[in-house]
Amino acid sequence: MASVEFTLDGRPVSVDADAAMPLLYAIRNDLGHNNPHFGCGLAQCGACTVHLDGQALRSCVTPLSSVQGKTITTIKGLGTPEKPHAVQQAYIEEQVPQCGYCVNGWIMTAAALLNGNPKATDEQIRDGLAGLKCRCGTHMSIMRAVKRARALMAETAAT
Amino acid sequence: MATEFVQPLSRREFLLTSGALVVSTSMSLGVSSTYAQTGAVAPSPQFPSPDQLDSWIAILPDGTAEAFFGKMDMGQGLEVAIAQIVAEELDVAVEHVTVRMGDTATSCNQGGASGSTGVSLGAKPLRNAAAEARRILIERAAGVLKVPADKLTVANGVVAVTHTPASSVSYADLIGGKHFDAAVEWNKQVGNFMDVKGQARPKPLGDYQLVGKSVPRRDVAGKIFGTADYVTDIRVPGMLHARMIRPPTGGSTIASVNADSIKNARVVREGEFLAVVAEREWDAIEAARTLDVKWTPHDVDPFPGADGLHAHIRDATVVKREETTRKGDTESAFKSAARIIEAEYHWPLQSHASMGPACAVADVKSGEATIWTGSQKPHSTRDGVAKLLGLPPEKVRGIWVMGPGSYGRNDAGDAAMDAAYLSKLTGRPVRVQGMRSDGTAWDPKGAACVHRARAALDASGKVIAYEFVTKGLSRVNVMFNESDPRDCLTGMTLGLPLNPGAGLGSPSESYAFGAKLLAWEVVPPLLDRCSPLRTSHLRDPLGPEVHFGSEQFIDEIAAAVKADPVEFRLQYITAPRDAAIVKAAAEKAGWTPRRAPAHRVRSLHAKVLHGRGIAYAQRSDTVVAVIADIEVYPKDGRIWARKFTVAHDCGLIINPKSLRQTIEGNVVQGLSRTLFEEVHFDRNTVKSVDWASYPILEIRDAPEEIDIVLINSTDVAPSGAGEPTMRCVPAAVANAFWDATGVRMRRVPLSPPRVKAALAKI
Repeated sequence: MASVEFTLDGRPVSVDADAAMPLLYAIRNDLGHNNPHFGCGLAQCGACTVHLDGQALRSCVTPLSSVQGKTITTIKGLGTPEKPHAVQQAYIEEQVPQCGYCVNGWIMTAAALLNGNPKATDEQIRDGLAGLKCRCGTHMSIMRAVKRARALMAETAAT
Repeated sequence: MATEFVQPLSRREFLLTSGALVVSTSMSLGVSSTYAQTGAVAPSPQFPSPDQLDSWIAILPDGTAEAFFGKMDMGQGLEVAIAQIVAEELDVAVEHVTVRMGDTATSCNQGGASGSTGVSLGAKPLRNAAAEARRILIERAAGVLKVPADKLTVANGVVAVTHTPASSVSYADLIGGKHFDAAVEWNKQVGNFMDVKGQARPKPLGDYQLVGKSVPRRDVAGKIFGTADYVTDIRVPGMLHARMIRPPTGGSTIASVNADSIKNARVVREGEFLAVVAEREWDAIEAARTLDVKWTPHDVDPFPGADGLHAHIRDATVVKREETTRKGDTESAFKSAARIIEAEYHWPLQSHASMGPACAVADVKSGEATIWTGSQKPHSTRDGVAKLLGLPPEKVRGIWVMGPGSYGRNDAGDAAMDAAYLSKLTGRPVRVQGMRSDGTAWDPKGAACVHRARAALDASGKVIAYEFVTKGLSRVNVMFNESDPRDCLTGMTLGLPLNPGAGLGSPSESYAFGAKLLAWEVVPPLLDRCSPLRTSHLRDPLGPEVHFGSEQFIDEIAAAVKADPVEFRLQYITAPRDAAIVKAAAEKAGWTPRRAPAHRVRSLHAKVLHGRGIAYAQRSDTVVAVIADIEVYPKDGRIWARKFTVAHDCGLIINPKSLRQTIEGNVVQGLSRTLFEEVHFDRNTVKSVDWASYPILEIRDAPEEIDIVLINSTDVAPSGAGEPTMRCVPAAVANAFWDATGVRMRRVPLSPPRVKAALAKI
């Protein structure tokens, strides 16, 4: 057992658990944030993605002990209905999800990608989203939304 | 936010605490408009009765409406479509209609999500009930306002005197929060075909204001901001976490279990039903990984191996054969033929591989059970759990909560049944969730099959006989719902007697050939009990499987007579809507006649080869034609289906935007199944256990463009869009591959190694 402290969606939190337990279970079960999902437990799908200090991270294979003192953001902390991240806003406008179980992977990865490279080309977006899964096959909407988010970010930067 | 389900209150307590009374049944079952969020209602003492208007529609005290729906939206926009239809008939704003879906305590058994019938069948009773509710409300308004009903107009839930609109009364004032206490005529059907009628006739098409509009879905924001709860997020106080233990090889049985091999968890076992439970989820996962179980292997290796599967099917005995079409005498036509074309096509086992493995939560106590499930068919879950636990169905409540994807009879039914049995055995609420391999290796699989096709041509090249026979594993080896525990791993591990069903499918088209025989033949399951390769419904059951063969074979005949594939189809198609849909796709795509492959492979040094192919099919009353434009990269065997053109006619369109996105999802998932998906297994073990060993399409391989032509046949009732497009995708891609390379791909998936191997033979 270990006591691990970190920041989750802007709030300091502390979890007492097996140090080797993946962060996903701490976020979901110990801290009650349901939004990162278990998809594979193997870092093969992205459903559990959160940000660690702004970078996309697969929480299902990240030992709890490794986030001591770090800043973790979930999709809920990325933006709110009142103040959405550009990718979330674009997702709403494009009505992207079907079952929606995969969206953490796509939104958190795309947000990190565009935050770091707001002018990413279509090819860079496709490359940056490699490895993520969507079983419902909403990839067409996903691409439209990420491109729309890129445009929204360009507008914001221009104003 | 954690969803904690507090101790269920009795109905009486609930009414006292909530203050709001909305009633959905004649049996005075209290149902809160906020129930879905709070869960604060005891299990239903009775099912809603279909012959009561209150079972379908309620007007709340604030004048907004609730519709109680026995099907569910799996993310294709069904919820908003139902809201549009109900709002249209009631004359209320669409945002004032809430659709309550898939709770057996509040909805009639409309069959759950099934066969793309959400609108085509599922909306019918809601539409009729809403029309009847409006009629009754106008009648009451006539009494209140003291004018004849035909002098009244309704808008936005307010009934007004047509020529003196100041004289009005609202739905809220007429009935808000109270029963209609009115009967509707029920057709006595249970499931998809359940329908009711009142005295009112639904509105004529010309009066529609909401139907046909792209009203935004209402489930999107909760999914995007992480506030919507999935079945995986349900937590009941005192619940245990469980993981099921499945045998490592097909047909193995438990020799011994060392309960001391795990910590912070305990073993739950009855017969071959084996699980670990723990207070903490991670402990359950670790215990499942470390539990020391000795297994006794099956007497013989039960499987033929993936590479031997189609030979096995070809040679297997037939347990059931059905001729779905027999017209004329094909045998004598083949004897007199000037030329015979033959081909055989193979479709592999495929997995639902839902985005997450299934999860369910069950609370069984005091002779009652509540099951939270992501199953497409919560009413079937209720019936199956009742049988499993020996409870009357009215003591069991199935509550659908959106799950990690669906696409047919996936692993959700097994999870629900496992959770219920574990709750019974432990006396505690139990949450069970699979690990990735449970979702990929252990879900019921889509049927594998072998199609034998042959066509007889006369001297002029006319098709005088056509045969297409599908032989394969049953689409209902286990039933497409979990209404009987013997169809779930739970019942199988507990030793319940089996009752495998036998069924497959045939092409759906309108080609008129001189003589025609369409048939299917079912072979026995590879392993009869607890098989990871048991087969059941996978999205559009037998649609992609069959039409991959039949629509490719049509192209093969066309090529044999040097006919253009579009012209050839139009020559033999008889149904006018079918011909129209093929023409619409061809026109939209700018199809140019092609009587031979455009770019026969002369050299594998070509970096990229381009090809175009078409396929068309019917499904129920929907017709679809798909044209694929693909690129083939011979060096690495990659196919990029860069553009699809889809012409789609599903009758009257309810919501064009949702429809387009549903079609896109069909194309992409169909493309994934065409290019990548095959369950790998050896003589006794399934090797496809995760996304690395069961790859699906990723965004790099998604099309660049899907161009969709929607035909709005307003004179045809809505006929479903959740599945039809998918069945055209595999053959469209394979036909495009032939156009690009001159090589026929008669086995799915058209994966890079198989493409390279096929091109290497040239």
